[in-house]
Amino acid sequence: MTVPDAWYLGLSAVLFAIGIVGVIVRRNPLVIFMSIELALNAANLALVTFGARLGSPDGQALVFFVMAVAAAEVGVGLAIIVVIFRSRHRLSVDDLSLMRW
Amino acid sequence: MTLPPIAQTAVAAFVLLNVVIGLVTYVTLLERKFAARMQSRIGPYYVGPHGLLQPIADALKLMMKEDVVPSSADRWVYNLAPIAFLVPCVLIFATLPFAPGLGLADLNIGVLFFLAVSSLEIVGLFMGGWGSNNKYAMLSAMRGVNQIISYDLPFVFAALVPVVLAGSLQLSAIVTAQQGLWFAAYPVIGQLGFIAYLVATLAAENRVPFDILEAESELVAGFRVEYSGMKFALIQLGEYAHIIATSYLGALLFLGGWLGPGPAWLGAGWFTLKAMLVFLLLTWVRWSFVRIRVDQILAISWKLMLPATVLLLLVTAFWVAWRSGGGA
Amino acid sequence: MARAAFVLVALLAVGAALGLVIKKNVIHGAMFLVVNMASIAALYYMLGAEFLAVAQIVVYAGAIMVLFIFAIMFLIPGKDETGPDPRRWQRALALPLGALLLILLLAVVAAVRGTGPPAAGPATSGALYRALLTDYLLPFELTSILLLAAIVGVMVLAKRRPG
Repeated sequence: MTVPDAWYLGLSAVLFAIGIVGVIVRRNPLVIFMSIELALNAANLALVTFGARLGSPDGQALVFFVMAVAAAEVGVGLAIIVVIFRSRHRLSVDDLSLMRW
Repeated sequence: MTLPPIAQTAVAAFVLLNVVIGLVTYVTLLERKFAARMQSRIGPYYVGPHGLLQPIADALKLMMKEDVVPSSADRWVYNLAPIAFLVPCVLIFATLPFAPGLGLADLNIGVLFFLAVSSLEIVGLFMGGWGSNNKYAMLSAMRGVNQIISYDLPFVFAALVPVVLAGSLQLSAIVTAQQGLWFAAYPVIGQLGFIAYLVATLAAENRVPFDILEAESELVAGFRVEYSGMKFALIQLGEYAHIIATSYLGALLFLGGWLGPGPAWLGAGWFTLKAMLVFLLLTWVRWSFVRIRVDQILAISWKLMLPATVLLLLVTAFWVAWRSGGGA
Repeated sequence: MARAAFVLVALLAVGAALGLVIKKNVIHGAMFLVVNMASIAALYYMLGAEFLAVAQIVVYAGAIMVLFIFAIMFLIPGKDETGPDPRRWQRALALPLGALLLILLLAVVAAVRGTGPPAAGPATSGALYRALLTDYLLPFELTSILLLAAIVGVMVLAKRRPG
């Protein structure tokens, strides 16, 4: 028995929702970052599923680019978090109100 | 009576796992004997004829030792680390074709699978260093992660040279492409690639002269300092399995894998012989050089090995394109 | 058989994701994320995307996780998320809203199920390589520039300025 596409999409939806909730609920920027990765991966899973359904490599190509962008994003994002920690010595997103009106 | 395919795979995996464990156990004896010869000693001699039962005695001893868990350890991470370390190291054997058709899974991206899974060992390494809650273990894990990441790149680029020459990522196809000329004998490109592969292997496996993460005089025993008994044995097993697997890959990529004179069923024997040659080459280096400093190790990786291997891969690619008449 | 394997891997992925969000310890969270990434790689393999499965392990479990771990080491975990939560009711609201989002997404999946063209089967890895180097050549090259820019940016950001 092959696995229906809807199962993959359902799993992708569940993971995406967990990732979004993680972004909102947690206060540690690192965990928020990891939750974003979770949501990105859920989206990737849906893309690969659609690509497999259509029999075209486009879905996989998109996921490839998402991975490259995610790698760049994590590098720069973590560097920013480290710099913020160096100057403020606190690590909670609620404290980071410097650029907010 | 024939078993269903999944059961056949399970049986084959079980057999392979046990062969790997037996091989790895006895490779430690080989290394100790070889090291002893290099230092004009005899090596293990008393357990069994010529010390042949020494590995079994060692394994029994480790099994009977008390399992000590540090009271301030992060228990989950500490207990799972040896497993997380061992699994990828054994898993990479699954792709190796030991002879034509003799292997668990001859993936069409075999080389990539091998490189990806073998780099997963840093997760277990880090878990061990972090979970022990010991400053030496922590420092060692940080050094190890740093070093393995740095040398993964030259390692991958060196391993890609035979891939480009063979025009395939499938391990069995790379072997067949070496009929007539092993890639280690390929003029200039092959030798440089092989040397780069060996150096990167030494560093990626944390062997002397790149063993800063277990430097006894500085870090006691590295990230496994708090481990004892069976967990220590698992980590040790994983480490040796990883070195042996990398030796097999080196023999496959550069020394023609199972190719050799004699009937086809000798293939696995030839392959193992070549892998052991690669392993002894690495051991020879281990007992000949002194350890180098952290900054020197990183400088060698980023300033020498990485540019050199990238250049080598580029040259190889241009050569292959020019020879096949496809390029400009 | 394939369905049983899928359920197993899916449970692993969801459990690891929940662990990441629920557990307080950041290092444990990072370990959960590794498990999640590895199970998603297994799903890619089941979907016939072998290359992506391997790339997932290299990029996420190998590179991105190491970055996270180094950042966690550097930032001394355990000093945050203590004390009273200044925005408690906002976070409490997140759970029902997250559940609503999940229901909406699942409703979309349920609505489109069984529609669309018949399954064509996965594209081969060869087709992917060809697509990357022909149709997607420009984005492919731009990716390398993006990564280079990221490397330079990270170095500028993380460099300690004297004084």
